[in-house]
Amino acid sequence: MSVTVTDQKTRASSGPPRLLGSRSRWLAYGIGLLLVIVFFSFATEDWFSIVNYTLIAAIAALSLNVLSGYAGQVSLGITFFMAIGAYTAALLGGTPPTTPLDPQGFGLSFLIWLPAAGIVAALAGALIGPVALRLRGFYLAIVTLALVFIGQYIFMNIAPLTGGPQGRSFPTPGFGDLAFNQQNDYFGIALTAGQQYFLLILLVLVLSALFVANVMRSRAGRAFRAVRDHEVGASIMGVNLFEAKMGAFILSSFLAGIAGALLASYTSYVTPDYWSLTLAIQFVAAIIVGGIASVWGSILGAAFVFGLPQVIDYFSLLPTSSNSGGLTSGNLNALIYGALIIVFLLFEPEGVIGLIRRVQSLMRKTNRSNAEGGEPAEIIDLSSAPASRLDVEDAAPVNGDGE
Amino acid sequence: MAYFMQLLFAGIAQGCIYALIGLGFSIIFKASEVINFAQGELLLVGAYVVSAGVFEWHLPFLLALLAGLVVTILIGLLFERFILQRMIGRPVFSILMITIGLDIILRTAVIIIWGSKPIPAASPFNTISGINYAGVHFGANDLWTIAITIALCAALFYFFRYTRYGLAMRATALDQEAALAVGINIRTIYALAWGIAAAIATVGGVFLAIDSFAIDPTFGGAALVAFPAIILGGIDSISGAVVGGIVIGVIQILTAGYESHVASVLGAGIHEITPYLIMILILLIRPYGLFGTRKVERI
Repeated sequence: MSVTVTDQKTRASSGPPRLLGSRSRWLAYGIGLLLVIVFFSFATEDWFSIVNYTLIAAIAALSLNVLSGYAGQVSLGITFFMAIGAYTAALLGGTPPTTPLDPQGFGLSFLIWLPAAGIVAALAGALIGPVALRLRGFYLAIVTLALVFIGQYIFMNIAPLTGGPQGRSFPTPGFGDLAFNQQNDYFGIALTAGQQYFLLILLVLVLSALFVANVMRSRAGRAFRAVRDHEVGASIMGVNLFEAKMGAFILSSFLAGIAGALLASYTSYVTPDYWSLTLAIQFVAAIIVGGIASVWGSILGAAFVFGLPQVIDYFSLLPTSSNSGGLTSGNLNALIYGALIIVFLLFEPEGVIGLIRRVQSLMRKTNRSNAEGGEPAEIIDLSSAPASRLDVEDAAPVNGDGE
Repeated sequence: MAYFMQLLFAGIAQGCIYALIGLGFSIIFKASEVINFAQGELLLVGAYVVSAGVFEWHLPFLLALLAGLVVTILIGLLFERFILQRMIGRPVFSILMITIGLDIILRTAVIIIWGSKPIPAASPFNTISGINYAGVHFGANDLWTIAITIALCAALFYFFRYTRYGLAMRATALDQEAALAVGINIRTIYALAWGIAAAIATVGGVFLAIDSFAIDPTFGGAALVAFPAIILGGIDSISGAVVGGIVIGVIQILTAGYESHVASVLGAGIHEITPYLIMILILLIRPYGLFGTRKVERI
């Protein structure tokens, strides 16, 4: 191992941490799967809508976590890459234009446009990365912020692709005549629109999560974290800073493209100003609330930042909108959202995941004090703990050097 | 030519507003190396309180302005004292996001209190009056913006050069530990920086509101255009913020004025992004800006 920045100080076994962890984790996955099946069988379409949006947001949050969480490169420009993915999907999968004013579309299958969305966004990342990644910290944040505005301007002005200010419709995934936005029979099983989308989105999310988790326990993933924790240190250790940052940037853009395509497809009609700075900031908030540099953190963060507001809208008795002030459910959500960011940054910088881990270690401590000779148990527990963890104290020097 | 001069004048006035916004960013960054993303919403809160003071509470303009100053300065000080102080030594990413958290809360508070409809801007002078000279109309509000910007800059210049606290702030920016060693109270300095920045935000907000005759909750976004201005001028430079602001303002108004001539090539609304294009260019060739210190983080 040339890079020795490991997140865990003690590890029972040598070699990289296991991707999926121990038997107790498998049990947790089993319960999770059961919950998914129960949800899938009994949820109403409204709930599918909430969950599907949240899962798509989780893919985007995961993408941002690769760049900002693992590799430490602050980006406010994720929506730019999501838009690139979405418009790639629209061009390849959209219905062919019937009048000259309609936006372009080739009507291809989602099996082509979904991966293509990721690939084109990754290419855009590869082009922009060398320019953007010359800068660090606040400067990178401001440049990626500019990217969002420049992107919106470009998308507004290429009407044949984006529909211009009026926006355009996005393709629906499906197999042949079976489009996902209506109820279809598959081998005698009737699936609603929400269920079909749910299966597709969940599949993409699980694949992305496994992929990211796998990269992060590899040499490349260790390099990302080394760059985040201490650039000079990483480069002395033999990490090629540029390569590591570019790798994170491209991987992140790829996932952002896929998430953008899914989001636009699920929303079905989107105008260029949808890909806004506000949306980008929501993803940053998601990884902060959920947990920086953590796959599960991205998913939990998306649930808090994107799922919770929809649930509050659904249940709260407040009016949904008002012109003359007063508390609406939208305002309440914005307040909760702003407060979540501040509270988590102040009191639990590792996010919900950090909170869960703290509870776990507390339980472990009580277990150990109850049972005698608890030492081996601790080692097993450590090896089963999720590999990623941002030590904020470790990351602090990045702030202060290079000046 | 008159058209060009008119645009140039409008650009300088617009640029002075950007300069006022940029000054807020610069002062905070200079003291504590934090970029305050909530600066735009401090602007918004300031402008709303002043407008509400004049139109809802029927205060004289100066009293309303005072109310606006008190509110924003209080927000700035409380945020600095109770939230930002606890974030010292944390990654850039976290500090950036916590100011964004404040930004969201302030904007939502404004929407809850005043609603999302635009409200009229308070102005101490008749906005239509002005001087006509050589075919160019010098609007009273634009002239006032320029005059106040110059006066504020002169005051800041004096403050940083000759006063005890101004010198202490510069010392802190230069070397925190050395400043501590000579007995400067860093906490006071941070608080001072936030107080000044918040006060400037209110002034900037009032002028930005007068410039567009009305304010609505999306108004804080205008502060984002001040980023290109401070990057151009050098993020830690006070004079840089002013020069950068004016250059960006002039370029933006000129592109807006002439883009209709070349719209078929460039597309509509290019003036919205010219500041960002200039900023990216500057970051690539001279990331510390025109007047900044050469220490920008870069690989």
